[in-house]
Amino acid sequence: MSYILNTPDQQAEMLAAIGVSSIDEIIQRQIPQDVLVEGLLDLPPALGEMELETHIKQLAALNRSDRVCLMGGGAYDHFIPAVVDEITSRGEFYTAYTPYQPEASQGSLQAFFEFQSLICRLTGMDVSNASLYEGGTAVSEAVFMAMRCTNRHKRVVILGSVNPEYRQVLQTYTKTLGTEVVVIPAKNGVVDPAEVTTALNDQTACLVIQQPNFLGCIEQAEELCTAARAVGALAVVSFDPISLGILTRPGDYGADIAVAEGQSLGTPLQYGGPYLGLLACRNEFVRKMPGRLIVQGKDRDDKLCYMLGLQTREQHIRRDKATSNICTNQGLLALRATVYLSSLGPQGLKEAAELSCRMAHYLADQLQTVPRVTLAFDKPFFKEFVIRCNQGVDKFLATARDLGFNIGPELSRFHDSELLQDGVLVAVTEKRTKAELDALVSGLKAKLK
Amino acid sequence: MRNTTATQPLFDFSAPGRRATEFPAAAVPTKSLADLIPAGALAKEPPPLPELAEADIVRHFVNLSTLNMCVDTHFYPLGSCTMKYNPKRHERLSRLPGIVDLHPHATEDDSQGMLAILYEMQQMLAEIAGLPAVSLQPAAGAQGEFTALLTAAAYFRDRGEKRTKVLFPSSAHGTNPASAALAGFDCVQLPPTNTGFVDLKQLQAELDESTAVFMVTNPNTLGLFEKEIATISKMLHDVGGLVYIDGANMNAIVGVTRPGDFGGDMMHYNVHKTFTGPHGAGGPGSGPIAVRDFLGDYLPGPVIQKTETPSGVRYSLVTPKKSIGRVRSFSGNVGILLRGAFYLRTLGAAGVREMTEQAILNANYMKARLQDVLPVPQGELCMHEFVASAKKLKDEAGVTAMDIAKRLLDYGFHAPTVYFPLVVPEALMIEPTETESKQTLDAFIDAVKEIVVEDPDMLHEAPHTTSVRRPDEVGAARNPVFCNTACGPT
Ligand SMILES: Cc1ncc(COP(=O)(O)O)c(C=O)c1O
Repeated sequence: MSYILNTPDQQAEMLAAIGVSSIDEIIQRQIPQDVLVEGLLDLPPALGEMELETHIKQLAALNRSDRVCLMGGGAYDHFIPAVVDEITSRGEFYTAYTPYQPEASQGSLQAFFEFQSLICRLTGMDVSNASLYEGGTAVSEAVFMAMRCTNRHKRVVILGSVNPEYRQVLQTYTKTLGTEVVVIPAKNGVVDPAEVTTALNDQTACLVIQQPNFLGCIEQAEELCTAARAVGALAVVSFDPISLGILTRPGDYGADIAVAEGQSLGTPLQYGGPYLGLLACRNEFVRKMPGRLIVQGKDRDDKLCYMLGLQTREQHIRRDKATSNICTNQGLLALRATVYLSSLGPQGLKEAAELSCRMAHYLADQLQTVPRVTLAFDKPFFKEFVIRCNQGVDKFLATARDLGFNIGPELSRFHDSELLQDGVLVAVTEKRTKAELDALVSGLKAKLK
Repeated sequence: MRNTTATQPLFDFSAPGRRATEFPAAAVPTKSLADLIPAGALAKEPPPLPELAEADIVRHFVNLSTLNMCVDTHFYPLGSCTMKYNPKRHERLSRLPGIVDLHPHATEDDSQGMLAILYEMQQMLAEIAGLPAVSLQPAAGAQGEFTALLTAAAYFRDRGEKRTKVLFPSSAHGTNPASAALAGFDCVQLPPTNTGFVDLKQLQAELDESTAVFMVTNPNTLGLFEKEIATISKMLHDVGGLVYIDGANMNAIVGVTRPGDFGGDMMHYNVHKTFTGPHGAGGPGSGPIAVRDFLGDYLPGPVIQKTETPSGVRYSLVTPKKSIGRVRSFSGNVGILLRGAFYLRTLGAAGVREMTEQAILNANYMKARLQDVLPVPQGELCMHEFVASAKKLKDEAGVTAMDIAKRLLDYGFHAPTVYFPLVVPEALMIEPTETESKQTLDAFIDAVKEIVVEDPDMLHEAPHTTSVRRPDEVGAARNPVFCNTACGPT
């Protein structure tokens, strides 16, 4: 394939206008001879569109996403209304750049302003930024933000029930800064607020919790936020956006910064990315926020318009003093979330959350009728739960796969001492039907006798 | 023809009871929610989202989309951003079943096809960089910079060296210093130079045993290749430091020269620029990094490994031996990496070289034809972009780079990047890319030539034809409104 438009004649005219004899001359007058590539690189041979499509289809067929998805652990198979794909596949959105020229980008700017507005309503927070990379880095960005807000840089407390990958990212992000990251282990699925209170002190920048937590269980979020604020630390909550259809909002129970993996809001699984990092906070902290922000204002004719705001926080102006290094964000996924939330509305979100929750509880009940399968914890959960299987995790999962179901991940995968090594996560969304779940359970019963 | 009703604030279309997505009732016998969820955690009502009908949603967003300029509709010569054509076949392929619906925790057995594509991408990026070890993890260029700096920090720590300084030229992109600071380094910016090139004496003066990394964009942000890059690299290596190549401008050199060959030890790609992952109105991107073999053990995990066994080829996810750890969840911005991989697979080795050459040709042609009205202070020739200056025009007629940029919108062209790099006064950074025809370039050149002789007062007021005029940024900053006024913690 070639995407070049200029004909040899046109190229010759252009070379003449430049005053050189060849493109090689332009290159050789600028790049030292001894570092030029001789000949061609060693890359796979070029394919035409049709051959590429055949090739990629063959490879895609090796990926077994055709089974019923009961997988979780930070990415979920929620339903995506067609309108999300239709709107976001418009070239006017996906082939535009960051809206640096507001007059030529009102479409993106207004959509992102609406995104911020919807996220505020979803979370009960005052201000949302226009997106971060994904849920894991969002936690780290929130921690850095909390350090700036509190001017405490030495110590952070995080629950062991927070997604292990998010905790690993935080370890990576803070390693060279020498910040102490204190992890409070979960017991029987949740963390004891009393233990957290003991760990918090006046050097602590923030407490990071996840609600529902990585094991699916519901933490005592309000008590935890209150404990953090009692020592002047910020309460950082990583939430599941779908859960807010039925659960109380971070802003309602005292979160100072709410972050999330926003994938569930209309972004397909696509093997882990691009996803959507959400970050929203209380008004008083807005100037310490990382990432792009859209503001509403007026143009010179006094007409309503939208533009980038508080840019002096950002790297292109503040350079090494910026609140984050983020430049390219996850705009198109923010647009997906905007259309998704518009389409679901309050009632749709409630239905999706309630359906996920009830289906998950139904499956949890039924799975316990399978020989030697038990629920790991007896705590309330939302749409995800941990099971243990005495017959061995591998055998259980292989049997489920044979029956046409992908379950997991198994907790041992994360090499994390905070997690039960023989546990397996099971996640259920509104997409699952009773018939599917019954087929799984009866199949397991028959095969795992 | 513009439908201003449809582009009113989204919330204005809300009416009680309107629906666009409905789900069935749960057909399972479970207890009520109140019995499943503790009272304190259960919301009394769902969040106050707007209640909208699908017809309104569609009309609203479709009309909003028409207020954007984009590559599909306009020439978009935004310097440093590589706004090239985004092939439609990439969109179709990345939405295939097996790709778009693959869960990131799928077992290795269940994701061999995906891993095969990503492994090949890793190898292609290593070959293009001339640097053997690649991590696909970083979500964008800035995260690539940060990740590479942490990789370097781990390497130095392992050797028992305490190196605290990261250096960069004053023409560096803002993410370079921001990433260095985030990684815990002290930032040292070299003073601006007249030539636009790194001044070796200045650099030498800053080099010592505390120097960790020199970050340099090559070609630099003026669109010029740092001729002395090999010497610069030797100077860094002599004091035990490393050279980081900011690969935002790779579109100028792919297949022509390689960072690993001209002395770079680490680099990032912006797949959303060079390899045409679309920009998505601000993202997502993908910023994989490539590093020398002795740094490979420190890369973030997981990386993709290929093993040939008697029963066939097997791909697996492994964490390098001395890995810095994770920098994000899962395995990178796969959707963008795939589009980049599709692009490279359709171009092949000759195609990528042609891409680079034609990007260089288009930029030099524009430069040659524009410099009599907009002088280009640095560089006789350029690589894939150039930075013109409107300083003379500003001094003589009061017309600024911003005025020209805004007026270009009226002519149906997206504006170049303005006021970057900071080392050029009244900078207009122009990057045409290879996917534009001479006709388009000529039309843009003609427009600039008309604009520079237009009435300055009219130019200060430009644009005149867009959906809104210049925003009052000062006014908006005074009392900033971040969300629909009716929102907030109600
Ligand atoms: C020279 C340069 N370096 C780094 C970056 C940052 O890359 P990204 O936006 O992908 O994070 C950019 C992009 O804007 C750039 O132009």
